[in-house]
Amino acid sequence: MSRIELVDAGVTAPTPGGESDEVVVLHPTTLELTERRVALVGPNGSGKSTLARLFNGLVAATTGRVVVDGLDVARKGREVRRRVAFAFTDPSAQLVMPTVLEDVVLSLRRHHRSKQARTDAALATLAHYGLADLAHRSVHTLSGGQRQLVALAGVLATDPDVLVADEPTTLLDLANSALVAETLLGLPQQVVLATHDLDLAQRCDRALLVTDGRVVADGDPAAVVAEYRARVAATR
Amino acid sequence: MSATDLFGAYQPGRSVLHRLPAGAKLGGLAALSLVTVVARRWETSLGLLALAVALLLVARVRVRHLLRVLRGLVGMLGLLAAYQSWQRGPEQAFTVVGALGSLVLLATVLTVTTPVDEIIDVITRLARPLDRFGLRPELVGLAFSLMIRGIPIVLELARETRQAARARGLERNPRAYLTPLVIRVVAHARATGEALHARGVGDD
Repeated sequence: MSRIELVDAGVTAPTPGGESDEVVVLHPTTLELTERRVALVGPNGSGKSTLARLFNGLVAATTGRVVVDGLDVARKGREVRRRVAFAFTDPSAQLVMPTVLEDVVLSLRRHHRSKQARTDAALATLAHYGLADLAHRSVHTLSGGQRQLVALAGVLATDPDVLVADEPTTLLDLANSALVAETLLGLPQQVVLATHDLDLAQRCDRALLVTDGRVVADGDPAAVVAEYRARVAATR
Repeated sequence: MSATDLFGAYQPGRSVLHRLPAGAKLGGLAALSLVTVVARRWETSLGLLALAVALLLVARVRVRHLLRVLRGLVGMLGLLAAYQSWQRGPEQAFTVVGALGSLVLLATVLTVTTPVDEIIDVITRLARPLDRFGLRPELVGLAFSLMIRGIPIVLELARETRQAARARGLERNPRAYLTPLVIRVVAHARATGEALHARGVGDD
């Protein structure tokens, strides 16, 4: 598995017109992720999406460092993004090409010079995830579950070491979210998963509870989820 | 929703038109467009219309798909025909509307027989001379695909925003409809940029 390290990594954002000059999105955080399945849980706006986006440089740390397998994300962003794939909540933002096959081909542009090789590799990827039938469909006509699976196939086509997924099941119905969850948990890659699905979080090897821009609990998923439930119950 | 299907219209097939390289088809379409401007006569429009119908048959374009494309056009072409007949007589109206209609049909043949990917490859090749001015041809091609992909998304957002305005009884207030639409389109553009960034598209 890969080693994702945060060394005093924090994120602040300027707030024009606000009371203070800047708002702290993530307080300086130090942690090391080496487990195969890591869940990030916490309320909306807690900073877990920001934390997830630090791992491949989508959000840059304003203080401290983020290091993936010895590569500093701030300086080696390109190499890090080759290793760390990212899946978004809303797959329609992620599917940027008109048809399913073309979208997967887009990921492979760097890996295969020839168009035929790219197409073959993309078809093989789609077949691997059981999506071969959808290859020539317009991404606009897919169901929500199909869209998320195609989006996953698109980012996994390049065979990254790590997949970071930001609430990948939030927009899906029960059957589709179960299907996406099974797909994610069955991947050979290391998976870091921001999620509101606490059952899914409990099936991971480690969970982090993020609240108000801080990691307030970290460890065994069952214990972390229990802590999260207790905290919510206490504020009611 | 005719426009949502304008693109992603590709129907896999084995006709002569399917096997023709995308560059030849695009070039042919461009040449025929030029003909309508240079030889602006009713005979030209009639010829083009006949050619378009012949090519639709050769490409075996599905009737349902064709009807969807036509449904979006009929209103506009009808208005144009009425205006031209009134201003310049029926012959001129046929020349203009016939040429326009046949070009749309020919473009339909192109989108049905050619995967968008191949059209974008042609655009990328054509943009290659721009390389020396620092404009990367792949990015030009990518911009075109994003535009094509963007059309159904913007239509979908427009539908959702209109429904949301109607649900609150604000359908007569253009601000209640346009403001959220613009904001959501920009938000979607940002999300797309983030997704491209995550996939390393801008990195190489």
